[in-house]
Amino acid sequence: MTSPMTPGIAAGRLSTEEIAANFADLHPQFDAHEAQVAADRCYFCHDAPCMTACPTSIDIPLFIRQIQTDTPEAAAKTIFEQNILGGMCARVCPTETLCEEVCVREAAEGKPVEIGRLQRYATDTLMAKQSHPFSRAPETGKRVAVVGAGPAGLACAHRLAMKGHSVTIYDAKPKPGGLNEYGIAAYKTPHDFAAKEADWLMQIGGIDLRTGISIGSDITFDELRGDFDAVFLGIGLGGVNALRTGGEELATDAVEFIADLRQSSDLSALPVGRNVVVIGGGMTAVDAAVQSKHLGAENVTIAYRRGREAMPASRYEQDLAAANGVKLMFNVMPSSLAEGEITLEYTSVTDGKLSGTGETVTIPADQVLKAIGQTLTTVSGVAVEGGKIAVTGAGRTSIDGVWAGGDCTNLGEDLTVWGVAEGRDAAEDIHTTLMGA
Amino acid sequence: MADLTTDFLGIKSPNPFWLASAPPTDKEYNVRRAFEAGWGGVVWKTLGSEGPPVVNVNGPRYGAIWGADRRLLGLNNIELITDRPLQTNLDEMTRVKKDYPDRALIASIMVPCDEQSWKEILPRVEDTGADGIELNFGCPHGMAERGMGSAVGQVPEYIQMVTEWCKMYYSKPVIVKLTPNITDIRKPARAAKAGGADAVSLINTINSITSVDLDQMAPEPTIGGKGTHGGYCGPAVKPIAMNMVAEIARDPETHGLPISGIGGITTWRDAAEFMSLGAGNVQVCTAAMTYGFKVVQEMISGLSQWMDEKGYKSTADFVGMATPNVTDWQYLDLNYVTKAKIDQDACISCGRCFAACEDTSHQAILMKEGRVFEVDDGECVACNLCVNVCPVEDCITMVELPKGEVDLRTGQKRGDYANWTTHPNNPSSTAAE
Repeated sequence: MTSPMTPGIAAGRLSTEEIAANFADLHPQFDAHEAQVAADRCYFCHDAPCMTACPTSIDIPLFIRQIQTDTPEAAAKTIFEQNILGGMCARVCPTETLCEEVCVREAAEGKPVEIGRLQRYATDTLMAKQSHPFSRAPETGKRVAVVGAGPAGLACAHRLAMKGHSVTIYDAKPKPGGLNEYGIAAYKTPHDFAAKEADWLMQIGGIDLRTGISIGSDITFDELRGDFDAVFLGIGLGGVNALRTGGEELATDAVEFIADLRQSSDLSALPVGRNVVVIGGGMTAVDAAVQSKHLGAENVTIAYRRGREAMPASRYEQDLAAANGVKLMFNVMPSSLAEGEITLEYTSVTDGKLSGTGETVTIPADQVLKAIGQTLTTVSGVAVEGGKIAVTGAGRTSIDGVWAGGDCTNLGEDLTVWGVAEGRDAAEDIHTTLMGA
Repeated sequence: MADLTTDFLGIKSPNPFWLASAPPTDKEYNVRRAFEAGWGGVVWKTLGSEGPPVVNVNGPRYGAIWGADRRLLGLNNIELITDRPLQTNLDEMTRVKKDYPDRALIASIMVPCDEQSWKEILPRVEDTGADGIELNFGCPHGMAERGMGSAVGQVPEYIQMVTEWCKMYYSKPVIVKLTPNITDIRKPARAAKAGGADAVSLINTINSITSVDLDQMAPEPTIGGKGTHGGYCGPAVKPIAMNMVAEIARDPETHGLPISGIGGITTWRDAAEFMSLGAGNVQVCTAAMTYGFKVVQEMISGLSQWMDEKGYKSTADFVGMATPNVTDWQYLDLNYVTKAKIDQDACISCGRCFAACEDTSHQAILMKEGRVFEVDDGECVACNLCVNVCPVEDCITMVELPKGEVDLRTGQKRGDYANWTTHPNNPSSTAAE
């Protein structure tokens, strides 16, 4: 019988029931009355700060008022008009650093209106009715290729299809959704929501989804440019940064770990270390650490090379990790890996430069997960700047007729909601370009 | 601790909080629970004539409106007077009064508008030992169509006539309960006084439809697809009730006539406000129906704390203190100038004041860089809307402009008291030559 104390890497450290409970919805859906109470707290601010803080500029006061007046379907439409992945964003957005951070109630009482959960209440209500709130404009005869079925690609494809264009989406993975499907903690989006959302989005019509096709190997970029009137690249970041320390081969990618977990049909069969160390400080690090703990790892440590204040994961995410028993270590960087252990070196910052202090600590590590950022892997001849596709305006790349959006570009932050905003805006620009202003 | 003992028409009660004649006071069981909970008095649910009692509907008899978090703000009802036999009620009242001699027990009565009906019931009520009677001239539904309730209360001559009969056939205090479903509340109050009433109580409920069922296309509460107007009460009616109390309190013809205040009283503060306007005590119904009899404990502790803080020794000390300050619009000081002031430390930058002022008022609030909201004294007419819509209490206040200082809006120095009666724009101005 395996348990959290079983040495090495093993599956089935917890019972099926315990694992099911651990991976249940992080924030269960509001019921109607809870939604009313939460909605009543909104002040319907003038020129609302929450709306400004939302990368997709959802009219938050309006949709909350629509919930208040018992029309969550109308609220959902307000959301989807700006953000077709409003259902996923309601689940995965770090609202504590976006809309809810600037809510005037946060300023007044330290307790913002629960915008994310209200958004989920509205979008879930409409989606549960199996209805798609938008209809497609008459066929324009224009054809657009969208590379990557992640948030940016899906948002771009939907908007283009709605305008009457014919869209073909290519994705190398077997399922659409990108990081929503493969890269985000399971407890944030349970019940196969990413796949359901992609299906629902496709109901607009005019979108041909081709999965398992890689640009470069299956079709060349030039073929795409030749076959279509426009191309949108929403390819994300395919590579993972290297640790550049001894024993690197003993570490695995956190993104891969999460993808395996998300695609697993039986989490009790998924192996996890007794002692897990996650290197990094972003949301991927937290997602990997918390899920390791949920699988039954006895000790999980996040090792971040800078101080808490510099950690990319929000304070909310940090607290979520801590509440789940994950140990947060700050100002440490990996020095070397060996079988069953990792040696970390303490760091200090002088004149803005990070360096090791020479002091080290060695802790048990059966499994080391790297979450130290991802890199652009597919560059199709478009100009790159700072390791990302350089775009201007609404996602225009250096090549005419080629747009880009999402994590692969130098626009915005690497968040689902930014991907949606960039995909949507590129679609509008593509439409204007194709149809003539 | 302040003494809450109240003497109303010679009827003593340990506090000024009475339960109004309504569903909560329909029977011995409820009234005993109310007295145990601490209520100072009870006006028993209205008695009708001997004979088969009235009947109530068997579908819903209440409708409501709600505020945030389903807080009940207004209730209406289509319940009639007691539907239990007269003798049952009289027997219960007798027992209860005997067991609670220190509490006020008032019998509410509604019988047809003929002398014989009153002559018959009054001695039987007198025998219960109740401290007084309240004439129900107020109920707006069901009984009015039978020539009782508000059908009487809307005709001052009937009020006077029935009151005279009561004073003739009953020896203890007679309180006349007034309907608000009338244009000028002073008329029925004057009639009651003329008939010899010892006091008036008001308001009874207001004709209302609380909501419409948009699926059935019928008013609520809906009885088999139909609805009827009911009597509206609860916190929502308090402002209407207080105005009527004040009108009677300051009317030279009825000034000094004792008043029992009724209408949406939910907290000690509501009670203090009614009493400051001239009510000698108050009657409560909806608050008890919403929260149970226990609410009286907050009313007692709150009123007592406030009286201690203000140095009032008894309730009589502050009854009617605000009445002289209720005046007619034409006597308001037109040279009294205030300006809205926003406390920037308290402001949470919601911008509601700006939206209200910019869209619907005088464009006197400026929205500056960084969501800073400031008042433009040159445009502010001191309407108070920003204060009313601000979600933060005391964030926006009205600051009085000292006499002699210039009002930036008019360019005029603030002068001494002057009102409309002497204003040059008033065609009937009575300004001295």
